[in-house]
Amino acid sequence: MFVIETSHLQKQFGNKLAVADLTLNVREGEVFGFLGPNGAGKSTSIKMLLGLVTPTAGSSLVLGAPPGNVQARAKIGFLPEHFRFHDWLTGREFLHFHGRLYGMSGAALKQRIEVLLERVALVEAGDRKLQQYSKGMLQRIGLAMALLNHPKIVFLDEPTSGLDPLGRLLVRDIIADVRNEGTTVFLNSHLLSEIEVTCNRVVFLKQGNVVREIDLTANNVYVNELEIKLGQVDDAILRGLAEFGHQVQAQGNRIRMNIRDEATLPQLARWLVGQGCEIYHLAAHHPSLEQLFVETMNTKEG
Amino acid sequence: MFTIAHLTFHEARRKRVLLAAVVLGAIFLSIFSAGIYFINDAVAREGVRPPSAVRDQSTRMVYNFLAMAGLYAVNFLLVMMATLLPVDTLSGEISSGAIQSLIVKPVRRSQIVLGKWLGFAFILLIYATCMIGGVAVIVAFVGNYTLPNIHIALPIMLLETLLLLTLSIAGGTRFTTLTNGVFVFGMFGLAFIGGWVEQVGGLLGNQAAQNIGIITSLIMPSESLWRLAAYYMQPDGLGVLSLTPFSSSVAPSPSMLIWAAGYTIAILLLAIRHFSQRDL
Repeated sequence: MFVIETSHLQKQFGNKLAVADLTLNVREGEVFGFLGPNGAGKSTSIKMLLGLVTPTAGSSLVLGAPPGNVQARAKIGFLPEHFRFHDWLTGREFLHFHGRLYGMSGAALKQRIEVLLERVALVEAGDRKLQQYSKGMLQRIGLAMALLNHPKIVFLDEPTSGLDPLGRLLVRDIIADVRNEGTTVFLNSHLLSEIEVTCNRVVFLKQGNVVREIDLTANNVYVNELEIKLGQVDDAILRGLAEFGHQVQAQGNRIRMNIRDEATLPQLARWLVGQGCEIYHLAAHHPSLEQLFVETMNTKEG
Repeated sequence: MFTIAHLTFHEARRKRVLLAAVVLGAIFLSIFSAGIYFINDAVAREGVRPPSAVRDQSTRMVYNFLAMAGLYAVNFLLVMMATLLPVDTLSGEISSGAIQSLIVKPVRRSQIVLGKWLGFAFILLIYATCMIGGVAVIVAFVGNYTLPNIHIALPIMLLETLLLLTLSIAGGTRFTTLTNGVFVFGMFGLAFIGGWVEQVGGLLGNQAAQNIGIITSLIMPSESLWRLAAYYMQPDGLGVLSLTPFSSSVAPSPSMLIWAAGYTIAILLLAIRHFSQRDL
């Protein structure tokens, strides 16, 4: 089931085309990565999905309703990119105010606030004013705010940009928790390594178009580079290996080759053993998301 | 909506705007009452004993003049407060992006505008009532003089305050904070000068000048509301004789009240409409 469906969304500011043609579907319960260089239209796209910005063309449904629908909004959480909050409030007051806006109140709200403060490691800072918070703390309290209402979808626009490595780890854990609770996460980030470990699926956005979609959970989607070290290498072995993949290159007793599919790996290993080879090392590498990103952005120019 | 209103009130309190306004207001009223007290003293010790009817009349004029001068200052204070207090509430939050985290909540945009309006209206109405009432009470107790028709003038001045508040909020849905401040004060200045042109024109019997005044007060009714309030509060016989900023020789038509009320509501609806449609 899709929780977000968009069809040919377009946004034009004056004569500047921010989003050209955005068509994408987000499945319920997945962590969806939304990638693209600066100015690709990521934030504008998120704003259209949230009803902050009206598209000039196209249509979309979020939780089955047009963006901006008040009932649907009750089930949505959002951490803006340039989060600026009412900084004269204390952390607790801030969460209380936003909880009230979600229609929460009383003991349930109080309890939820404490749970979240604990989760983002701000229990002690809860009674300090947001003015005194560091950027990382603001980002964490913003994340708590986005999760107040047990959202069905949470939009996180660069949630880790202001954080130190420990803070990033914390956010990564929270995203994993939230997903385990069944919440769909729409994640917009520059930090590709973050995306790689947290997301199920990513799309690459370029000039407001989806140019590539990658399923990170499947094993067979992208090319694997294989590194093998054997006791002894001969031509017969190399010819045999070429059956399993391509670009087989030997250097002494080390072999590098590419395979299309991770499922090839056990077959290949079985065959090597059958040939009487001694296997010292057998490792497949995914190309990093970063490599794919750079490749996508460079090759599909224009 | 009430959550937003509450936050708005809370914000004014937390940022010490309220405290500053209350302290300044208190100082103003203290100085005013001290002034009335000493003048009262001087009048009482006056050696001259004209016939009592004449003396009473002139004393009343003095007190009325003082009270009107006080209210004129209060009027300015309220114009400033009503313009500046909400001047960046929307424009500031739009430019900082703080508004985004409010808009995505399950509330309508109209509720955000109305909530802010309510919060400020609450503050301003209480403040205006205290200041205007304060002047009237001081004159009544210290100077033993009752301002005529204060019960009519007070609501008129409250309406003026609400009108400026609404204009400032409406400007905030379109303009940046600075532009909005310039816009609202510019509108106020326009009405102010238009009011004077109308006054002088009225005294000289110049219809063209009066028409200019009427047109500006239709564009921005704030000044004519003050003039109407002042007209109600002046004692019989003063208006025809003198031209002071504190009084009114030419009374704006009472139908100006209906125009101003309709104007305020229309501006508020326009603000809601524009805010609901714009990209944030």
